[in-house]
Order: sequence, then C-alpha cells, then structure tokens
Amino acid sequence: MAAIQETRERVASLGEKYKYGFVTDIEMERAPRGLNEDVVRLISAKKGEPEWMLEWRLGAYRRWREMREPNWARVHYPKINYESAYYYAAPKSSTKLNSLDEVDPKLLETYEKLGIPLHEQKLLSNVAVDAVFDSVSVATTFKAKLAEAGVIFCPISEAIRDHGDLVRKYLGSVVPVSDNFFATLNSAVFSDGSFVYVPKGVRCPMELSTYFRINASETGQFERTLIIADEGSHVSYLEGCTAPKRDENQLHAAVVELVALEGAEIKYSTVQNWYPGDEEGRGGIYNFVTKRGDCRGHRSKISWTQVETGSAITWKYPSCILRGDDTVGEFYSIAIANHYQQADTGTKMMHLGRNTRSRIVSKGISAGKAQNTYRGLVSVHPRAANARNHTQCDSLLIGKECGAHTVPYIESRNPTARIEHEATTSKIADDQLFYCNSRGIGQEEAVALIVNGFCREVLQQLPMEFAVEAQKLVGISLEGSVG
Amino acid sequence: MSMLEILDLHVAVQGREILKGINLSIAAGEVHAVMGPNGSGKSTLSYTLAGREGYAITGGRILYRGDDLAALAPEERAAKGLFLALQYPVEIPGVTTMNFLKAALNAQRRARGEKELDAISVLRLVRATAETLKVPEEMLRRALNVGFSGGEKKRLEILQMALFKPLLSILDETDSGLDIDALKLVADGVNALRAPDRSMLVITHYQRLLNHIVPDRVHVMADGRFVAEGGKELAHELEAKGYAGLAKDAA
Repeated sequence: MAAIQETRERVASLGEKYKYGFVTDIEMERAPRGLNEDVVRLISAKKGEPEWMLEWRLGAYRRWREMREPNWARVHYPKINYESAYYYAAPKSSTKLNSLDEVDPKLLETYEKLGIPLHEQKLLSNVAVDAVFDSVSVATTFKAKLAEAGVIFCPISEAIRDHGDLVRKYLGSVVPVSDNFFATLNSAVFSDGSFVYVPKGVRCPMELSTYFRINASETGQFERTLIIADEGSHVSYLEGCTAPKRDENQLHAAVVELVALEGAEIKYSTVQNWYPGDEEGRGGIYNFVTKRGDCRGHRSKISWTQVETGSAITWKYPSCILRGDDTVGEFYSIAIANHYQQADTGTKMMHLGRNTRSRIVSKGISAGKAQNTYRGLVSVHPRAANARNHTQCDSLLIGKECGAHTVPYIESRNPTARIEHEATTSKIADDQLFYCNSRGIGQEEAVALIVNGFCREVLQQLPMEFAVEAQKLVGISLEGSVG
Repeated sequence: MSMLEILDLHVAVQGREILKGINLSIAAGEVHAVMGPNGSGKSTLSYTLAGREGYAITGGRILYRGDDLAALAPEERAAKGLFLALQYPVEIPGVTTMNFLKAALNAQRRARGEKELDAISVLRLVRATAETLKVPEEMLRRALNVGFSGGEKKRLEILQMALFKPLLSILDETDSGLDIDALKLVADGVNALRAPDRSMLVITHYQRLLNHIVPDRVHVMADGRFVAEGGKELAHELEAKGYAGLAKDAA
C-alpha cells in the first residue's frame, strides 16, 4: 500500500514538472508522438508503478537511445520512423456489439472454418455474451481454482504493484535490459502482458491457455510476459489465438521471459495469426519478438512450440539457456509465409550445464512470393560436458516464386558434445496433389492435408484443444497458394 | 447403359502425341482389359481418364455415363464414381492412412451432397473393409504409403476401391510387383466388387492377372492405338504369341 501511495504522490508531483502538461489530463487517450523520457515517465505513471520500475524503464530508454536497429535478418522493410510512432495509448473502451450480425462477415467465415465455438466467437469479436457463457463468471471460476493452487496469474502491471518483490527479482534476468534493440525498446515502454508464478511443487491445475483465451484481452503493441516456475512445478501456457487479429499498430516488439527453477517444467505454446498484409504485400504487422527461457535450476525443462502464420515480418528466436545440469530445451516451430510475408525465425540453445539436451524441430512452409528463413544457434560451452543437440530443419516450397533459407550456427567448445543437424527442402509434388485429387480431395484441401502431414511432429506438441484449430489454420493460411 | 464411351481419342503429353485415335465402349457391368507392351500408351489412357494435368486431349471425346469427362476436375470425377488404382501409389509423409481415407471419403460425400461421416463411423467402415482384404490395422496408422512394400501399396489401392465403391474402376498395372498370393488377394478384392452396375478397366502387361479377373473383352494396344480386340481368349493367344507376333498378325 505504501508503494501505491508513494506512486500517487509521485504522479502528482510529476504533473507540475511536465512542460507538455499532458499528465494532468486524465482523459487523455494518447501520449504525443515520439519517444523521450517524459513519455516513459507518463507510461509508468499511468500504470501507477513504483519508483524502481520507472528507473528501470528510464535506464532502458537511455540504453536504447545509444543502440542501432539490427539489420542482419533476412527481412526487408521500409525504415521505421520511431519518432512518429505513439508509445502510449489508453486501453480503448471498445464498443460492444449487440449480436454477431454486426460483425464483419469475413471474420465470421474464418471463425467458422476454424471451428471456434459460437460463444467464443462472440467473445473474440467483442459481442456481449449471454449469461450462460458469461466470460466474467468463467474467469472467476478459473481464478478461484488457480488461487487454491497458489498460482499467481495476472496482468504484469498488476504484478508490479502487488508482487513487486517477485517481479523485481526476475524481470530482465533472462532478457537483460540492453539485450537487443527491440527488447530494450520494450523494456522502456512496455504496455502490459502476463505474469505467472507457480509455487514450489505445484502442477498448475489447468492449461493457462483456456483462461487466456476466454479473457482474450487486447494484445498490446509492446507486450511483456514473465513466467516463473518455482522448484518442481509445472505449467503450460498458450499465447495468442488462431482467430485472425488486426491491430492498428504496425510495429510490435514483445518480450517474453521464462524462468524454470530446479526440476521445474514450462511449456510455452504460441499461435500467431496477426494481419499479414494483403495479397499485394500492403500493410501487415512487423513482429519483432524476443523470447527466452532460462533453465536456471538443475533438471528443469523449457519447451517452446510456435505456429507462426501471420505478420508481414516475423523476427523471432525463442531460445533456451540450459544453465542447470541435466536441463532440457525444446523448440518446435511451424512458420508459414504466403504472398509477400517474410519470416526470419529459429532458436538459440545455449548449453552451459552438464548433460544438457536440446531438440529443435523446425518446419518452414513458403508459398506465393514469400521468404522463409530458419536461423538457429546451438552453442556448447566448455563446462557443458555431454551436451547433446538434435536439430531437424525441413522446408516445404509451394510454387515457383518463394524462397526457403536455412542458417544454422553451431559452436562447440566441449569435445564431448554431440550435435546433429538434419535439413531437407522439398516441394509439394504434382503426383501427391494428383493422388489426392483422384481420390476426391480438392486442390486446397489436398495442400492443407499434405502440409499438415509435413508439420505433424510440431502440431502434436500443441495442447489438444488448439491442435485441431491450428491444423485448420495451416490450411487457411495457404488458401490460394496453388493455382 | 453405357458406362464409358471413348471416341477417336487423341492425347498429347508435352506436345508429343501418345494416344492416336482410341475408340472404346464399356457397358455397365462389364470388365474390359487393356494389354500392351511398355510405352504403348496404357498409362496415358488411365491418367487421361482420371484427369491428370499435362495430359492434353487434342482430339476426340470421352463420355462417362453420358457426361463429357474433360469438363470435370479429377476430384469431381472421383465424386461421380470414377476410380483409378495407380501403378505407383504416392507417399504422403505425416498423413496417416486412416486420416487420408477419412478425408477422401468425406470429400466425395460432400461433393455429392451427402452427410459427412464422423470419425467413429469411418473407423468402423475402414476396419471392416480392411479385414476382408487382410490389411492389418497397424498399416492404417502408418503414414500413407510411406515405407509400404509394393504389395501393401497395391492392397491399399484396392482397399480404397472397396471403400469408395466406384462405378468405373481403372486398375493400372495393379498386378505389377505382386507375388502370387498378393495377386490372388487383390483379384478377390476386385471380383467382390463386380456388379451389374459397376464396370472395370483392367490395364495389364501380363495375362496372369486375367486368370483371376476374367474380362468380358480384351483390347490390345500398340503405339497409341488398339490393334486387336476380342474375348478373354485373346489374352491367352497373346501370351502364346507375344506382342510382336500379334502386331505382325494385325499388320
């Protein structure tokens, strides 16, 4: 409580100091364009953050000023003008619609194809829901169940206020403030995100996906997620949604940090279906994400599974630091790029501890004029005796104008390490398509079937309820890819 | 009623004429055999009937139950009861055989405006059919044709035929690569489907299959044309004389 009081006073005092004077305007929707210390202060103040958090943000901002945007990825886009962007907008009080009749029929069509239940369609498209499926009551049930198990699951802004010690201990401990240009920017201006803490020995009683999905909150432009699994605990988290998402902000730079203490296990699954731009490559989200997990304790395990079908540009390398002995890191990825999409994605497996194991399965699918790059690093440090890695990198090409690229980096500084890398590139063969057609399966369904077969190993890693939708999503994202 | 009517059919592949004027008429309930040496155009005929891309009809026409076949996409032909058992069935990694069969069955049903079958019904139907063809359950769980032996692939083709219950089945060298036991199994499967409303076109290089699937008519193909026609005894004659001898007779 003291912290809150202190923050209030601080906001009040800031108001007087501000030359722009926008802090005093409570009804203000947006900070002015561009980024400076005042904007960072404003964000922190709006969130009611304690002093240490503000200092942390300001530190990040000052570092960011000194940094340059990276250009090593195989993605091309017009120069981003960071000075013309908005870095803070108050959560929109979106207007509720009265029925599904008011929703864009194209959106509904996609929901239908994905097989999303009716009441969830309403939630996703912001239609007021009836009492039976009231999201609030469902959420309350979940919340009670989680509280009983001692699991903390809340917006990170709330955690900063109510669980300050935990956040302060772990925030930035996996992705340091100055890690990279986009992560540093995120550290300065992050809007909100999720916080999860699973206490010692607790197996989280539900997939956090279920909860997340029902609460499908507006995802921010600069999302920040922190998940801590204490000793011997277990948690599975699903981010995102198979339903198509549109956002007015073109630039997205999220940071996700995972900490697994001794014997803990974190399974993190993502389905990303942001607006990819139109068929001519106009518009679409730029998605620059930093995701990293730290297997800090012995015998801990972190597993990433991602299905990336959206965004015009994807720049994303969910990684594992295998710090403890006998730790395990996994990365399962499906990246689909159609039309003019560009995806540069992969992982980093840093073997620091003894007997550490990692497994990488990457399935890249390119269609249209898209470019899809797998970029990965497997690094074995001198102390990491008996480290093992197996990497399998498969690319599938559909059509003649797309590209697939594989850039694996392998660094081994321990002679006992065993590292295997397998890579294949294939095309959907005409005879496979004809075989399906001759059995009554039409062109688009045949492509979806073949691609789903190609991705099966990864799809199997998804939580059950999402696996089916993800399969359909794979088909939908490739619609129109075969003439 | 006529099942298939082929009239002066010319087909070119990559600009080269392969079929040079084929005429064939198959009535409902009939089994016809097409024999001929390698490269005579037998497989071109089967692919053309199934609608494979790259097989251009440059002259003549094909009527399937009165419809112009050229106007139909391959999947539409399948839904209308045309089935091709391929000489070299294709592998599709990661797609289980059971899943593929379900997708195919339901795609055809959908196209015909019938209700789709749920997973349990498909499972029951496929299991029952698989049993009669001695296709082990384990095979249905493997990826389609991946790592299957030649015999297993051919049995799976016949399993599909038994499941789809096509009106016109084209068997393209289904006997190639089969030992005698597998051949009998396949032939039994085919014979079980013979019915007054179904027809079959059996394409083969050797006469031995026709001991097990006895045809009503035999056509001999050479260089893109039918050079001889007759009853089932023609197959035996061919076996004795060889294609060369027959071609000489025809000339």
